Amino acid sequence: MALIDTGYLTYRELMEKQKLPTEERFLQGPVAVVECVQEIPCNPCEAACPFGAIHVGEPITNLPVLSAEKCKGCGACVAKCPGMAIFVIDKSYSQTKGSVSFPYEYYPLPEVGSTVTVVNRQGEAVGNGKVLRVQNPVSFDHTPVVTVEVDLKLINEVRSMERRHS
Amino acid sequence: MILEKDVVVVGAGPAGLAAAIEAAKAGAAVLLVDLNLKAGGQLFKQIHKFFGSRAHYSGTRGYDIGKKLVKEATESQVEIWLQSTAVGVFPGNKVSIERILQNGGKKLYTVHGKTIILATGASENVVRFKGWTRPGVMGAGAAQTMVNVDHVKPGQKIVMLGSGNVGLIVSYQLMQAGCDVVALVEAAPKIGGYAVHAAKIRRAGVPIFTKHTIVEALGDAEGKVSGAVIAEVDEKFQPIPGTEQTIPCDTITLAAGLKPVVELTRLMNCASAFEPVLGGFIPMHNQDMETSVQGIFVAGDATGVEEASVALEEGRIAGVAAAQALGLLSQEDAESQKQFYWNRVNSLRSGPFGEKRLAAKQDVLQCYQEQIHTPQPEVMIGGLASGAD
Amino acid sequence: MSLRVKNHIVLDVKDERKTVTITVDGKPVQAKEGEPILSSLLAAGIKINRYTRRFHEPRGLFCAIGQCTDCVMVVNGKPNVRTCVTPVQEGMVVETQDGLEQKGGHK
Repeated sequence: MALIDTGYLTYRELMEKQKLPTEERFLQGPVAVVECVQEIPCNPCEAACPFGAIHVGEPITNLPVLSAEKCKGCGACVAKCPGMAIFVIDKSYSQTKGSVSFPYEYYPLPEVGSTVTVVNRQGEAVGNGKVLRVQNPVSFDHTPVVTVEVDLKLINEVRSMERRHS
Repeated sequence: MILEKDVVVVGAGPAGLAAAIEAAKAGAAVLLVDLNLKAGGQLFKQIHKFFGSRAHYSGTRGYDIGKKLVKEATESQVEIWLQSTAVGVFPGNKVSIERILQNGGKKLYTVHGKTIILATGASENVVRFKGWTRPGVMGAGAAQTMVNVDHVKPGQKIVMLGSGNVGLIVSYQLMQAGCDVVALVEAAPKIGGYAVHAAKIRRAGVPIFTKHTIVEALGDAEGKVSGAVIAEVDEKFQPIPGTEQTIPCDTITLAAGLKPVVELTRLMNCASAFEPVLGGFIPMHNQDMETSVQGIFVAGDATGVEEASVALEEGRIAGVAAAQALGLLSQEDAESQKQFYWNRVNSLRSGPFGEKRLAAKQDVLQCYQEQIHTPQPEVMIGGLASGAD
Repeated sequence: MSLRVKNHIVLDVKDERKTVTITVDGKPVQAKEGEPILSSLLAAGIKINRYTRRFHEPRGLFCAIGQCTDCVMVVNGKPNVRTCVTPVQEGMVVETQDGLEQKGGHK
């Protein structure tokens, strides 16, 4: 597995290891993409979902399985995953743009409406994105979730933004 | 004067706190000692959300678990002595404790514990290379303490050595504190820790050099770190000449694993086993976490380096078993509680990352069964404790 | 430049402890009461705590938990004080340690 050689997943690897939502489901609106591919003992995502869309079960080393038809794309799991490995993708946003929601635990947080440099799984800058939302309620326990608008063609690659210095 | 306690617990990390709480809840008079300024051990520097099952605090940040345990211990009437170092254990279950007093002076106490639980944790391994003693080269745990507990950055530009979970998590936390991690260097061909931890720091732009090592820490005029020379290694982990490159940095952090702190169990002549997967020599123990010496229990990293969540559950088992040995719990109650915590421990040791640790621990339990069978009263140092290393 | 962490997304780094002044090798250094001496020094950019006896090599923060003794200094005239586990008090006099007991490693 390239992941443990390099530290990042390729989209192809992800598709082999995780059952991703269908293209049809992606076009219906926001949905979670679970990028958890190692059998580690962990299950907070299962309880985080208010719609029962994530199943881990026993043993807790099972990979989480998303029922895309139950998922509403609310993002409750994004902040709860200790591995920060869940994202919400919306491909229905417009003809050319989609949105990506990711956990971002660095100071300073971006301003809503500002343009940030978005990065892929390797931390490489791949373009710009407009910040649509920054959610940081108490229930997220200091794991803010940032949503950026990006070109649809980048949507499977963008997973964070460039870290800035305070 | 010798103080009398039902249970003396050495080390107030997750294992020691959990052990103290369980014993105190059963009605034991418990003294918990720790050499640090604060109880909680490494929990207060672990600012990430824990993995594991929801039943054992997963999804909760380490320091919040620490706060809960310290509160629970205080509410359970555990007596906690801080800045108090257990400097020796002696036949007759006596513990010598050097306690720092309010006025800065020191006082030596001798405490007799009907049972003793040693939860002394682990210490960081060092890696030697040219210049490794320069100011600016430090343990990854030391750097983690500085940023997360003392809120001071050890430096601005960091090179991390080691890609186990400690190296990955501390790299992430150094960036959260505002440092830059300019390289993560790993001698093995693959990343050692959880991929999700590696993925977080890759997204933040940290380059990971697998099959590489640090060959030299360069210094400035005063002798402080000014750079790291790294090189590719061959299959025998030897640097390949001609592959060196210099990375400017002011700090080099070492995450080369941990080893159990076992001085006190050695002083008691507890039989030990060598388990590389668990960090080296560890005291052998049975399902009660009791060593080869009657009344001496162990828990947490001191009995094999694992995760804080495992240490916590082992501590609970040791606390219950100590209370049972004191006659404070019925056999039925104690057995059912221990079984409950063992189930949790086993679930934490499942999966591809846990199975080696599970096998090593099963080996320890089996060897104990074959070689020691039941704990024996202690033997004087130099005596004939069977199975002692 | 201070190495203190000013902002943090997870931790509350507002420090309401009293600011005190200690003397390090004759110079005043601002510190937070109760923090380990080592932290105050590091925050002020001081990274060398002692020099070794035989080769006069500098040493500094290494374990931060009172185990390695690389950070020992002369505190209020007393040598071999582990600065990583000794809390700061107002007016403390801290000196770089040279060898096993002498003060004044910095030339």
